[in-house]
Amino acid sequence: MRWFLVAVIVGATTLGDALQSAGMKRHGEIHDFRPGALGRAAATLARNWYLIVAVAMMAVSFFAFLTLLSLAELSFAVPATAASFVAETIVARWLLKEQVDWKRWTGAGLVACGVALLAL
Amino acid sequence: MSERLHLKTQVLTIVVVLANVFGNFFMSWGLKRRGALLGDSVLGYVRVMFDPWVALGIALLILWLLSRMALLSWADLSYVLPVTAAGYVLNVVAGRVFLGEHVSAARWGGALLIVAGVALVGSTSIRTTAPAEDRKLEAALQ
Repeated sequence: MRWFLVAVIVGATTLGDALQSAGMKRHGEIHDFRPGALGRAAATLARNWYLIVAVAMMAVSFFAFLTLLSLAELSFAVPATAASFVAETIVARWLLKEQVDWKRWTGAGLVACGVALLAL
Repeated sequence: MSERLHLKTQVLTIVVVLANVFGNFFMSWGLKRRGALLGDSVLGYVRVMFDPWVALGIALLILWLLSRMALLSWADLSYVLPVTAAGYVLNVVAGRVFLGEHVSAARWGGALLIVAGVALVGSTSIRTTAPAEDRKLEAALQ
């Protein structure tokens, strides 16, 4: 049950994050952090289909995570779900067309190894 | 890359990391305090959200979501993911210090590897794709 929940969390998080990044890039950089401007940005973003699906995926991930937290320790739950790290870097390179250089691949690899150790 | 963008990125990264760590911590604290298993009914999920610690955790996770969305409006996903991974290390520390969970030597080693990964990716450029405005301009010129 623990590992099934981890799989659900990783899949939903990867898809959700890729859509969130694509949706926010389409919207453009947020420059103005004053409440009024943020409210207007939120109104625009609420109609962005990439973000609507991304938030739905995050809700799936969130409820699966809530269930996992009630079954396992925090220091198991959080690191185990970080396996999404590698999947998301691959998605960023191939779908979002980001330039993932050797530093980013190595950094992702180090974090993945770290995560594997954390889950022991 | 302007100095202002770097500063904005650093400040928002700290907000993202802290909101995530404390959000997870308070949620876990609330769930353990109640000592109940979830998953039996929808009502169980709704009831647990009214626990003050769980509610505080959820509020912080909403802040985490919004600040991360703002960060992703200009920074690469392959940049944001590793640099915000510092949160995993802080989660382990929070689990050990405040919840009394056992953290082995292997876990501390893992935490160190994550710190190294965060530092390495943190030294790369924040954005490697063209801004949306540039893409619009390109489309208009074609």
